Amino acid sequence: MKGNEALAMAAIRYGADGYFGYPITPQSEVLEKLEEEMPWETTGMVVLQAESEVASINMVYAGASCGKAVFTSTSSPGFSLMQEGMSYMCASEVPALVINVMRGGPGLGTIHPSQADYFQACKGGGHGDYHPIVLAPASVQEMADFVALGWDLAFKYRCVSMILADGLIGQMMEKVVLPEQRPRRTEEEIRKQCPWAVMGRKDMRPANIITSLELDDDKMEENNHRFQATYREIEKNEVRCELVNTEGCDYLMVAFGSMARIAMKTMELAAEEGIKVGLVRPITLWPFPTKEIKEAAKNVKGILVPEMAAGQLIEDVKLAVECKVPVAHFDRLGGNVPAPDEILNALKNELIK
Amino acid sequence: MAKIRGAVTVNTVRCKGCNLCVVACPCDVLALQPKEVNDRGYHYAYMAQPDKCIGCQSCALVCPDACIEVYRKVEQ
Amino acid sequence: MENNDIIKVENRVYKKPELLREVHMHYCPGCSHGVVHKLVSEVIEELGLAEKAIGVSPVGCAVFAYNYIDIDWLEAAHGRATAMATAVKRLMPDKLVFTYQGDGDFAAIGTCESIHTCNRGESIAIIFINNAIYGMTGGQMAPTTLLGQKTATCPYGRRADLNGYPLSITPLLAQLDGTRYVTRQSVHTAANVRKTKAAIKKAFMNSMEGKGTSVVEVVSTCNTGWKLSPEKANQWMVENMFEKYPLGDLKDNDAKKD
Repeated sequence: MKGNEALAMAAIRYGADGYFGYPITPQSEVLEKLEEEMPWETTGMVVLQAESEVASINMVYAGASCGKAVFTSTSSPGFSLMQEGMSYMCASEVPALVINVMRGGPGLGTIHPSQADYFQACKGGGHGDYHPIVLAPASVQEMADFVALGWDLAFKYRCVSMILADGLIGQMMEKVVLPEQRPRRTEEEIRKQCPWAVMGRKDMRPANIITSLELDDDKMEENNHRFQATYREIEKNEVRCELVNTEGCDYLMVAFGSMARIAMKTMELAAEEGIKVGLVRPITLWPFPTKEIKEAAKNVKGILVPEMAAGQLIEDVKLAVECKVPVAHFDRLGGNVPAPDEILNALKNELIK
Repeated sequence: MAKIRGAVTVNTVRCKGCNLCVVACPCDVLALQPKEVNDRGYHYAYMAQPDKCIGCQSCALVCPDACIEVYRKVEQ
Repeated sequence: MENNDIIKVENRVYKKPELLREVHMHYCPGCSHGVVHKLVSEVIEELGLAEKAIGVSPVGCAVFAYNYIDIDWLEAAHGRATAMATAVKRLMPDKLVFTYQGDGDFAAIGTCESIHTCNRGESIAIIFINNAIYGMTGGQMAPTTLLGQKTATCPYGRRADLNGYPLSITPLLAQLDGTRYVTRQSVHTAANVRKTKAAIKKAFMNSMEGKGTSVVEVVSTCNTGWKLSPEKANQWMVENMFEKYPLGDLKDNDAKKD
């Protein structure tokens, strides 16, 4: 099935409580698939086509504040509209899942794949200091798997998880093994798991209030310190990446998502020519696999960072290796996807000469 | 004949002296303290003419700070 | 009979609702918000819904409603309260879900969400405080500011050619198929307070019964923003606001049955 459809099916099987979204190419199949499946008839999951991305993200904010497993999906221009909600959700420490199937920008841009929302996703595209956990799938199987992973992490840390895919993974069809159907949590289970959740004052427990407002500067600073402590904890525990042929390689590529899939082929082409190239594929873009890249880059002559963005991922790679290794950039922009040999040529031209 | 007598208490800490209860009272019972103020500096409301109160609750209903409790008793 | 004979618990006929917390409210003296907070608390108590009530507070003067009414609350981003309430009610249909919003939140920045929530007929109650000015930010023009009315951002009075016309939004909402009950009330006299309370009660019951959207507009004063005493502000409201925003039910699907 399509990557977008895998997202929808995996969410139903996770026991999701609600989806709130607005159609935008190239991810509309998420909502279409959900409407087709009618999970409200089976699991009791709510599916709602909202009036805008702004409304969608605030519906997710509300659902998450109630301790429910809720999510939305969108593509780049829609994700820009959601930045306010992202900031509020992170400030309120509620667990939500947000999916961005990226397309080429800036502006209305194109409907074809891109990775140019890397900064926006990883560095906190809204106001204030915050991070969502950012998962980057490179296959339809990972689209399905990261739904559960994203929610599990979000509930574990009371944070927002993102799946940052692109139009290629969203539209691509591959075989996928879906997880077993899990039951949705009962209200009692949610009250136990999320004692902070807004669900009404059962047995007249003290009121729960979810707000991002704190006018006392000292208390707001305290809140910020608490958010940062959570982020440090996430950085310590949740870095995920895939290392391919990094042992004894002369050159390294760092790429994520569909670009990593293409880079795998580039690696094969390079091997045929006797060039030993390894690949580090960050699976979590935030927290970033800084240590892993530094380690893999110890004995290489240079690093190529192929992106469908004009130099975003490369900044974190340079920071990881502290500029001790030459780091070169290669991109295709505006919805274009490179062929494996284009990347190989870039590697030769930029690093081997 | 039985006569209805009323009385009110004013939470002088909450009262902000907005005067809306004074205006709402149909029997001219209430007034703001001419000199006394509460901790926040407001001239709080009080029963200036308690004998006139009929316990109609008008003052309590319009009070924005829910300062007023109303009591009513039938005088035999 | 002495006062002390009257002031006894058994004679008490009116007291502060328990759900209204024993804290000082930040509202200015005479502000209508306080009255409406009190009514919301009373109605929730009388309907026995304290364990099921979930409020969504706005950005504006009522942002701190969650500090005053002792139930579970969400604090929305500016204008998004009805979107949040939509999700809460859809996810937990057995709860009482209501928003409490001012004219800026509901009728300016949140207009899109307000209209679509009502049009979908979400079974929530919307309490809409219309005082024709932005109170929290210090008295700027609201969408509902009257023509000629002076505010910090129309200091010479609102002009249609410069600022557009005042927006009367509830009649628009009454036209939508999703709304069940749309009414406009005020709280400047005891009789009006009683009517507003009845309206809030009906709106909350509609939410519990899943009957669609109820909107209770409360034409209110902002005496500080209007630069009048609370008493004069009430007079000004009666003389000026009620012409543009006349009181009464705009729609009640249940009343039509007779």
